[in-house]
Amino acid sequence: MAEDTTSKEYWRWTESNWHDPDMDWREGDIVSAGVDVGSVSSQAVIMVDGKLYAYSNMRTGSDSPKSAENAMDWALEGTGMALDDIHYVVGTGYGRVNVPFAKRAITEIACHARGANFMYGPTIKTVLDMGGQDCKAIRVDQKGKVVSFLMNDKCAAGTGRGMEVFADLLGVHITKVGEMSLQVDEEPPMVSSTCVVFAKSEASALLREGWPKEKVLAAYCLAMAHRVVGLLERLGIEEDFAITGGIAKNIGVVSRIEKELEIKALTPSLDTQIAGAIGGALFARALLQKERKKK
Amino acid sequence: MITAGIDVGAKNVKVVIQEDGKILGKGLVLAGLDTQASIKEAFDAALKDAGLASEKLEKVFATGAGRKEVPDADDSYTEVGADAAGATYLYPQARTVIDVGAEEGRAIRVNERGKVVDFAINERCAAGAGAFTEAMARALEVELEELGQLSLTSTKAVPMNAQCAVFAESEVVSLIHAKTEKQDIARAVHDAMATRITSMARRVGVKPEIALVGGVARNPGFVDSLQRDLETEVLIPEDPEYISALGAALLAAGLGK
Amino acid sequence: MIANYGYKDGSGEYFISVDTEKCTGCGDCVEACLYGVFEVVENPLDPLSDDQVVVVTEAERKKIKYTCGPCKPVSDRPPLPCMAACLEDAISHSW
Repeated sequence: MAEDTTSKEYWRWTESNWHDPDMDWREGDIVSAGVDVGSVSSQAVIMVDGKLYAYSNMRTGSDSPKSAENAMDWALEGTGMALDDIHYVVGTGYGRVNVPFAKRAITEIACHARGANFMYGPTIKTVLDMGGQDCKAIRVDQKGKVVSFLMNDKCAAGTGRGMEVFADLLGVHITKVGEMSLQVDEEPPMVSSTCVVFAKSEASALLREGWPKEKVLAAYCLAMAHRVVGLLERLGIEEDFAITGGIAKNIGVVSRIEKELEIKALTPSLDTQIAGAIGGALFARALLQKERKKK
Repeated sequence: MITAGIDVGAKNVKVVIQEDGKILGKGLVLAGLDTQASIKEAFDAALKDAGLASEKLEKVFATGAGRKEVPDADDSYTEVGADAAGATYLYPQARTVIDVGAEEGRAIRVNERGKVVDFAINERCAAGAGAFTEAMARALEVELEELGQLSLTSTKAVPMNAQCAVFAESEVVSLIHAKTEKQDIARAVHDAMATRITSMARRVGVKPEIALVGGVARNPGFVDSLQRDLETEVLIPEDPEYISALGAALLAAGLGK
Repeated sequence: MIANYGYKDGSGEYFISVDTEKCTGCGDCVEACLYGVFEVVENPLDPLSDDQVVVVTEAERKKIKYTCGPCKPVSDRPPLPCMAACLEDAISHSW
C-alpha cells in the first residue's frame, strides 16, 4: 500500500500523502472524508463507499482551519477530486470545531475507536492512543463502538509533549529517542517522578551523575510505559490490543508497554496516525446514509 | 536552651537556630546533588549568622522531604508538624496554615492549642507548587521576583486553560504571540495557582486567621491572587521559607505543640 | 458505555465515571452540583444515536481534583451531591 507515497522530513514527524491509483472514485456512491486536527499533526482521509481512497498526514500549523485545509488539499493532490466532490466531511481531534468544510464535529475517542476497528478488524478490543498532547485508552466492541474510555489531556506525562521535553533536554531528535533508549545493557530503574517538570529535574541530576543519554532515555521510556499501563488498567486490557498515535512510532515506549502488559500490540498495516481521520470518514458515510434514509 | 531546626526541602536546605523562642541565626543553601554537603553548608551558614560554635547546639530536629538524611539529628518531624509548630508560635491566633513550597503545597488546620486537626497535601505535580510559577517565569522570560510584581499591575483577568506546567508554558507562549500584556499573563498564572491552593485549603476547612508560609509567600502576585480567592487577608511572616525549620527548632526546645 | 472524565497526574487519579447505559439524561446531577461540573448533551461517543447523557464539561475535565475539592473534605465527608442526586446510580468518583 505504500506505493505512490511521497514523504518529506518536515519538522518532527515525516509528512506523507497517498492515494489508491487503482480506484476510480467517480464510480463510488458516497465519497466521505474525515479530518483530524491534532495539536501536533493533522490528517485527512478520503473514503469511497467505506474503502480507503486517499490520505495525508502533516504537521499542524498555528492556525487550525488552515491546517485542516492544507491536510485536505494534500490528500486530494493528484486524485482529480475537488473538495466539492466529497459528500460529507467530519472533523475530529483537538481542533475539530475548526474544520471549516466539515458538516459535523465528532469527538476523537469515537473516531479512534471506529478507525481502529477499520484498521485492525473486528477483533480489536483495546486501543491506546498516545498523541501529542493527550493519551487515550479505549475499549471497543466488535463493531467499533466505544465500550469504555478515558482520556488524559490534563497532564503532559504520557504524551508526545512529555517525550519532547526529554528529547530537547538531551538534544536527541524525537524520532531517535525510542531506538536510543534500547541501547542499554540492562534496564535502569525508571524515573520516579510522573510529573514531567519533576522528571526533568531528576533526569538532569542523573546526567550530572554521569549517566549516558541512552540510560536516561531508557529510564524515562520505562516510566512513560508504566504510566500508560496504569491508565489502561483502569479500563482493563483485553486482546487484541493496538497502539496508535505518534508515540506508537517510538519503539522504546511501545516495547516496554508490551513487556509490562505481557501482551503484544498488533502491527498496523497503515500509518497509525490516521486512525482518527479514518473513523471520521466512516462516521461521515454513516451519517449521510442516515440522512438519506430520513428523506 | 539553644536548639536548631533543619528543613531539607526539594529546592533549598534551611536551618534556624533559636534560644527560648528567639531566632539567633538562620542559613539557606540550594539543595545540591550532594545532600550531605548542602546540609553541612546550611548549618555552617546558620551558625555563622548566630555567631555560635556547633557545640552550643543542644538539640537538632529535622524536617522536610530529606529529613532522614540529616546525620546526628535528635529527632525528625513531618513537614506538617513542623509547619504548624512554627506558624502557630508566631501567630497563636492562626487556625489555618498554608505552606506553598517549591514542589509541594500544604494546608493545615490547627485548633486553638496549635494542634494539627486536619491537613491536605498537593504533591508530585508541579501545578500546585512553586515549580509552576518558576516555569511560567521562564516562559515569560522574566525573573521570578519580577513575575510577582508584574502581576500586581495587571488590569485584566485572562483565563488560563492549561493546568499542567508543561502545557501552561506553551499557553503562555501563545498568549505572548497573541499580544497579551505580560502583566495580565503574570496575573493569570498566579490566579490559576491560587485557585488550586484555595481548593486544597477548602478540603481542610478554611478557618481564620490564615497564615501563609513557604517560599512562594514571598511572591506578592501570588499573595494578591490568593487573598482575592480566599476573600480575606493572610498573615505572612518575615521569613516565610524558614517556618518549617523554625518549627523543628522550637519542637526541639519543647516550645512547639 | 463507561465514560471516564478526568485525569491522572503525579499526585493521583481523579476520574468521574458515567455509566451511559444507566444515565437517563435527566439532569438531576447538573442541578445538584454547585460548581457546574456536569451538562446534558447528545452522547458525543455515539454520534449515530440521539440519546441524551450527562458529561463532565470540557472546561472541568482538567481540574476536577480542584473543582470537586470543597465537596471532599479530608474528614467527615458527606455524600457527594452529584452521586446522591442520581437515582440511577450512574455516577461514581475514583477518589
